[in-house]
Parts: sequence; structure tokens; C-alpha cells
Amino acid sequence: KWYMQFDDDEKQKLIEEVHAVVTVRDAKHTNFVEFRNFKIIYRRYAGLYFCICVDVTDNNLAYLEGIHNFVEVLNEYFHNVCELDLVFNFYKVYTVVDEMFLAGEIRETSQTKVLKQLLMLQSLE
Amino acid sequence: MPAVSKGDGMRGLAVFISDIRNCKSKEAEIKRINKELANIRSKFKGDKALDGYSKKKYVCKLLFIFLLGHDIDFGHMEAVNLLSSNKYTEKQIGYLFISVLVNSNSELIRLINNAIKNDLSSRNPTFMCLALHCIANVGSREMAEAFAGEIPRILVAGDTMDSVKQSAALCLLRLYKASPDLVLMGEWTSRVVHLLNDQHMGVVTAAISLITCLSSKNPDEFKTCVSLAVSRLSRIVSSASTDLQDYTYYFVPAPWLSCKLLRLLQCYPPPEDGAVKGRLVECLETILNKAQEPPKSKKVQHSNAKNAILFEAISLIIHYDSEPNLLVRACNQLGQFLQHRETNLRYLALESMCTLASSEFSHEAVKTHIETVINALKTERDVSVRQRAADLLYAMCDRSNAKQIVAEMLSYLETADYSIREEMVLKVAILAEKYAVDYSWYVDTILNLIRIAGDYVSEEVWYRVIQIVINRDDVQGYAAKTVFEALQAPACHENMVKVGGYILGEFGNLIAGDPRSSPLVQFNLLHSKFHLCSVPTRALLLSAYIKFINLFPETKATIQEVLRSDSQIRNSDVELQQRAVEYLKLSSIASTDVLATVLEEMPPFPERESSILAKLKKKKGPGAVSVELEDGKERGDYNGSTPSPSADLLGLRSAAPVSGAAPSAGSLLVDVFSEAGPAAASAGVNDDGFLSSAPTSAASEDPAPPLPESDELLNKFVCKNNGVLFENQLLQIGIKSEYRQNLGRMYLFYGNKTSVQFVSFSTTVSCPGELQSHILQLEPLVEGGAQVQQVINIECLTDFVDAPLLNIKFRYGGALQNISLKLPVTINKFFQPTEMAAADFFQRWKQLSQPQQEAQKIFKASHGMDTEVLKAKLLGLGTALLENVDPNPENYVCAGVIQTKAQQVGCLLRLEPNAQAQMYRLTLRSSKDTVSQRVCDLLAEQF
Repeated sequence: KWYMQFDDDEKQKLIEEVHAVVTVRDAKHTNFVEFRNFKIIYRRYAGLYFCICVDVTDNNLAYLEGIHNFVEVLNEYFHNVCELDLVFNFYKVYTVVDEMFLAGEIRETSQTKVLKQLLMLQSLE
Repeated sequence: MPAVSKGDGMRGLAVFISDIRNCKSKEAEIKRINKELANIRSKFKGDKALDGYSKKKYVCKLLFIFLLGHDIDFGHMEAVNLLSSNKYTEKQIGYLFISVLVNSNSELIRLINNAIKNDLSSRNPTFMCLALHCIANVGSREMAEAFAGEIPRILVAGDTMDSVKQSAALCLLRLYKASPDLVLMGEWTSRVVHLLNDQHMGVVTAAISLITCLSSKNPDEFKTCVSLAVSRLSRIVSSASTDLQDYTYYFVPAPWLSCKLLRLLQCYPPPEDGAVKGRLVECLETILNKAQEPPKSKKVQHSNAKNAILFEAISLIIHYDSEPNLLVRACNQLGQFLQHRETNLRYLALESMCTLASSEFSHEAVKTHIETVINALKTERDVSVRQRAADLLYAMCDRSNAKQIVAEMLSYLETADYSIREEMVLKVAILAEKYAVDYSWYVDTILNLIRIAGDYVSEEVWYRVIQIVINRDDVQGYAAKTVFEALQAPACHENMVKVGGYILGEFGNLIAGDPRSSPLVQFNLLHSKFHLCSVPTRALLLSAYIKFINLFPETKATIQEVLRSDSQIRNSDVELQQRAVEYLKLSSIASTDVLATVLEEMPPFPERESSILAKLKKKKGPGAVSVELEDGKERGDYNGSTPSPSADLLGLRSAAPVSGAAPSAGSLLVDVFSEAGPAAASAGVNDDGFLSSAPTSAASEDPAPPLPESDELLNKFVCKNNGVLFENQLLQIGIKSEYRQNLGRMYLFYGNKTSVQFVSFSTTVSCPGELQSHILQLEPLVEGGAQVQQVINIECLTDFVDAPLLNIKFRYGGALQNISLKLPVTINKFFQPTEMAAADFFQRWKQLSQPQQEAQKIFKASHGMDTEVLKAKLLGLGTALLENVDPNPENYVCAGVIQTKAQQVGCLLRLEPNAQAQMYRLTLRSSKDTVSQRVCDLLAEQF
């Protein structure tokens, strides 16, 4: 998800570069990588990497746990989430992201509140 | 909790996604997608109106196809239609499609904005949030224009639902970041600040990001937020781990909000109000205390959340830099983390400690961890951690530990990652100089540096060692001895040869008493490296040789022999040839006295700031904390003890005559030659004064039209100033040119390749009106085999396209030769490079957004796309090549100002290579359309 303007080619290139720098790292490495003029905070869950790109001055651990908080919400919402859930329900994942992160900032951190809102939306037609 | 089933609600979509996932090959996938696209197209075009459900399903499929990486060029209208549906699921898909696939299609933007407007005024919180999220995701200027006035109202209205407030706050933040001019807070300021007091923690969390951003831009207007933030923080920090219920994360109360509050406070100096300050200090102490408490959970989430707050608190403590007690406690806490088993914590502790090292209160405390940090440098597996360790060593270095730290950094250099070597070299060089008490240590260090990492030693570093040696006579003998020994190594780096040549040329006499380093031994040693070196080094060595002739008369015969050899005196490189010829003449004609005057020891360099430091700062970019220490922020206890004359010397390049003795002796050389018979031809320069280029009496026939290849010749010289301009069987014309501001000076060298003299030799220059030229007349005779030099001065009045024409006429064996060439004067020659930071660049780039200010070309590469070659060409163009500006490192951006008499034209350039397609896209923007176009045209021919 993009919070800055890029054209489609640049986006594709960024995705590839992030993939290249993150996937080569092992468990002994930090969860942080410098990337261009930013840094990437990432966390690995089985075969899936969740990455977030932030300013170099941002708080590493806060975003690292921000990822985990998000993943716990997904897990609860999809009931033991797996990659397939995310693929088949990609349009719902966007909703979850917007509930928790908006405009590149943290919007809501309470799992209870987010899940309550998601279930309410789920019940709407 | 009902689990969400696969693609519930839209069976067709789930089937399609399964199909795609089952495709065995890329081709099969594309086939399936094309089939689906055709199906959707026909459905959208069909006569039957689609119901909302089908529309939603098809739009969602299109979105999925787009996310797989395929282009989507239809369906936008249907998505916009979905926005006005009353059903949440349909509206949601519509908004999602718009958010992901928006383009500035003007008609649609109007429709989209209309739908958003309706939803914002619907009073349905779900719909309002969808609309706000769409604005926050797109953030375009059109949306800012339409909604920047409305959203603050929603944000502060008493009856707005909490979730809508959260979205409104961040939506406003996005619009403010994208178009700050359109978001006017004015009357809302105080009510927005008071959101920090809101009951709902989610609202505070969202609002604080907005407030932090606004505060950092307008600190005065928002300064009431300080006391509110402190009291909010205090309530959170002092709450028990269960008080905040929903907002407690792994037993840590509201970690994200705490971090945000601490971050907001970093926009301000310490609170002036004693009570507020006391409360804040109490908070910070509590946070530090909690770090020492036993963990409430073994989970990493718990410790991460807790430490996130701790690190943010330490940042604030460092930002205030006024509480010695807290600073030292912070340092001790970080010291514990240095040995933690979590790599993340070790990394962050190193990073954070680096800033602590620059505070006078905690510098000593940081120093106690030196052994741990050195150990980290040696043993950490992650290179980024090692880099932080190196940064920290650099930051904690002072006179007391400099030798140890420099030695450790040097030994690390031998195995360091290539990516960080250059920076390490600069740091070692700076530390060695800054903390040198005894300069023989400094010389040893730098020579070691060259030995270990010669390729990464930039010019600044070796210029610097020479300046210091020249300015300090107590180290000259030692330097000569050491460099002489270093040169004994069978393979030594070219930079070592440069330093060696220079130092022995100046101070070789200091070690000449020892038969093992007698003058001839020294000379032979240097000369044994000569053939392995590049042209600039050879030029430097030639200067060292002539200096030897002065220092040691007994080497004169040997050196003259070398200079006289064909490989020197007929060298194809103009510079080398000129030096060999001039030095040979000088040594055989000038008396010992003249020679001694000309080749006197270099005078001390004037004192200036170290250019190495400047280079390091440039490399690290803004925000490089570790360098801050150098910025005149000298710590008290060292102030008294650093007055050594070389502590902060010079910034070389401009003043330092690095190319050897020649420049300082330049004018003298010319005089020597003009009295010296045969060589007089090349000194014909002095004869006449300036003459205008207007019709010269010698011209008897009309100048010939320019040679057909002269355009091609012109292109050859766009990015370089020296070389052979023209050659045929009779005549060779070499050119050297230099430009400063709007003035240029060209030296043309006419070489008669025959053995017969040219008679009635005359040249004229005709300029377009935008240029003015002055040409120095030549003698009408050019002897066989001789070369004559001519100076042309050019002044650029305003920007131009056509190059000046040079016409040459002479008689060779009675036949008139009439040649016309274009002189390689192109608009880019009058560039002054301009360094600027990324933010400045983009701001100026945006300012030059009128279509006529931009010129763009997309063209095929006609040469290889090698990075170094490209860089060299762009530098040759005369602009500054800006690093770390373009988000894409493959691209190049440059900036410069074209100086003409009438005006200065700022010019920005972006070159985007596409290696796969072997194409380039070149974009020029300048304040003058003709300039953009001309520079673009010129440069497009270069790649």
C-alpha cells in the first residue's frame, strides 16, 4: 500500500527492490534495513514477510510491534489466517489496513475496537 | 467470532482467483485473464443494465487483475457508479478501486468528488469513513481543493463519531503533507490541540500524528500542546498495566500513543513551567525505572513495546540535553542492551548511544563501553550493526582513546564490507588528523590507510596529508622516510606513489644522507612505478623529477636522460609532453639560482576547514548525528587543548597546487622560453595585445563553409574541454579550454605536421551575436614540425545555439588552404555546478513546471550504459551531479546555473536510463525555454 505518489513502473521496481533486500536476511539479522533514504521494518511469519517503510528517524520497535498488532487482528478476523485467506479476501485486507493505518500513520491500536468495527462492517450488506 | 470464508459474497470472484492460482504457466494465466477481461468488457457494454452485485463483482475482478500486475484501462466509470450505491459492500469496492487505480482523469475526479461530498454529508459514520479513507489514500490536490475546508469541521464537531474523527484527523494530515497551502488551521488550532484530552484513546492516537506534523511546521501556534501532552503521558505512564484495557498491549499501557507523545515533545525545548517540567522528568524516570523491573511477560512483544517507549524517552532526553542525571542513566541502560541477545536491541543501542556521545554530560559514560563496541565491530554478523558500531566509535573518539579507536578501525578496514569502506576511510582520516598529538602517528595512519584501502582513499585524503606535512616541519623528515619505505613494497597503490612523489620531491633531501636512500635510489624507486601509473600521477612524478634536479644536482644527467626519451618528450598526452619539454628546457637553460627560485619548497597552505569533513557530511546527508560533534560543537574540556595549527586546516582543491610545482612556476617558465630561441614559436602568445576577431587584413578569400563533420566534432566536446579538434595530413589542431562564469578561454595548438613552413597563416573567428570573442593574432609563419599556440577569449552575452566558426587560411607550397571549423563552445560550458539537497531540488523542479520550461527526449543508447562513464559525462557537462536525490538510484539528477552576461539561467536535469530497453529518458527544466531545449539537444547526442 502506498502513502506517497509513485507511478506504476516505480512501484513495481520498489516492490522488487524491497523483496531483494529483505528476503536475503536471516534470523540473526535485525528486523531493520536501510532502504534508499528510508528504512524498512519487517517481520516474517512463516513464508510471509510483512514490511513497512518508514522515515529513518521513526521508532523501529513501535513499528515492529505495529506489524504484529496488525497480524494478530488478521489472525483473529480470518480465524487462523493463512496466505490464501489474504489472497481470496484481498479487498477485505485493504479495509483492515485502513482501520489500523491511515495516511501512513497509526489510526487505531486497540484490537478489540478494530475487530468490533470489522464485524460491524461484515454484517452490512 | 464468525470466521470469514473464502471470498464469501462473491462466488464468481473466488472461482476466478482459484482459476488463476491453478494456472500452470504465465501464458495460461495471461490467457485466462484476457478471457475474463473480454467477458467483463462485454458485460459492461451489454444492453442489459447490470445490477449492483454484478458490477461490484466485475470491478473487484478488474482490481485483482490490476494487482497481479496487468494494465487496466476500463471499468473506472462502473467503479464511480458503485460509489453512489446505498450498499456498503458495493460502495467499499468502488472506493477501493478508485484508491488503488486513481489517475488524474479530470472528468472522473469531478464525479468522484461529488460522491465523496455526498457521503461526507450523509451523517452515516460508515460512509463518512469510506469517503475520508478515499481522500486519505489518494491525497490529490483536487481533493485538497474540494475538501480541505470541510474536514477540520468534521474533526472538531461535537457530534462526530469517534471513528470518524480518527479518520478525519489523518485525512487532514495527508492533505496537509500534500498541499500545505490549502490546509488552513487558523480558527481550529486550539480545538485540534485539545483532542489530546479526548476520552477516546484512538482519537488521541490518530490526532497526535496530525498535531506533531503541524507543530513541527508552526511550533508557536501549537505550543499549548506541550502541557497537554505531558499530562496525558503522565496518566498513561503511571497507570497500572490493566487500567487502559483495550489499549494495553502485552501488559504495556498504550505503547504507540506513549511513543507519539514523546515524539511530539521533541518538537519543543524543555517546558518552561516548572510544574510541567517536574511532571515530565518524573515520567521519564518512571520509564527508565520500568526498564529495570522484571518483565511481566517473556514474550518478545512485551519487551519490544516496553523498549519502544524507552528508546523514544531516551531520544527526548538527548533532545533536551540538559539533565545530566537522566543522560547518564540512559547511557547505562543502553550499555546493558549492547550485550543483549536480541540483535535488534544491540543495533538500536549502538545507534542511540551515538547521539549520546555528543552530549558533554554523557560523553564520558559512553566511553566506558569502548571494549564492547570494538567487540561488536569485530563479531557482529549483520553488517548494519557493524556499521553502527563504527559510527559509535567515531562519535566517542577523543584525544584519550584516539589511538586505540583508529587502530581498531584500521584493522577492521582490512575485512570491512565494500559498501562502507569509503566512509570508514574518511572517518579514520578525520580522527587521525583531529586527535593527532604526534604527527608521525598521523603520517603512519594515513599511509596505512592507503596501503590497506587505497582504492577507497579519495583525493581529499591524500591532498590533506600532503598539506599537513608541508605545514609542519617537525614531521617532514619522518614523512619522507616512511613514504620511502612504503614505496619499497613491490605492489603499492597509486595513491601511495602520488604521496611519495610529492613528498620526496619536496623533502627527499632530508633522508638523502643515508646511502640506502641516496638521491639516485630515491629517483629510481619513484621511476620504477612510473609506467604503472595513470596520466595525472605521471604528471605529478615529472614535477617531482624536476624538483629532484634542484634538490640533488647529481641526478640532473639521469633525469634529463629520462625527460629526453621519446616516451616523454613525444608523449601523446599533451600535458605530459608539455611538462617533459618544459622541464627539460628549464633544467638545461636556467641558472642554479633561477632553478632554485622556481622550484623552491612549497609555501605553507592557508588554514581552512577540512574538506574531508565536508565530504563525509555530504556522504551521510542531513541528519547524520555522528558528524554533529564536529560542527563547532566542541566539548568544553577539549577546547583548550586543540589549538594545533593543523587541526582544522584548509579545504584544498581551489588553492592547493596539487599538480606539482608547475603552476607556481608557470609565469616564470614562459619568460624563460621567450628568450630561448627555438622554443619561441610556442610562446608567440606574448607578442601582440588583444585584437578583435572582426575582419583581419590577412583574409584575402572568403572563408570556406564549415567542414561537414564539424557538427560531429562539436558533439565530441560537449562534455570535455581538451583534445584534438581537427587533423588532416598537414595540420593538427589541439584544444584546451577553461571556463569561468560567463567567460571562456581557449588555447588552440596548431601543429604543422609537414617539414615545410606554412606561410600567410591566419585565423579568424566569427561569432553569433550572443557571443563575443577576442583572438590573439599569430605570426604568419609556422615552421615545419612546429606548433603554435593561440588564445581566444570568449564572453557569453546571453544564451545561444550556434557555435562560433573558426576559419584558418594558410599557404602550403603555394596552394591556399582554407578550413572552417566550429569551435566547441556550447551553452553548457557556462554552467556553474550547484549542489542542493533533495528537498530543494524537488521544490525547484516543481517551480519549473510550465510546459515550455521543460524539454524532454527519449532516445536509444548509442554507447554502453556504464555508470562511471555516465557520471563522468554528466560532470563534464558542467553541472553538479546530485547524489541521493532521485528516489531511484539508477537515475541521475544534476543542477547548475548557466552564467551569461545578461542573466543567470538555473537548470535542472534528470536522466533515466533503462538498461533493459537500452533507452534513456532525458528531462531538462530551466527558467528559459531555449536553454532547456538546447541543453537537451546537446546532451541527447552524448549517450
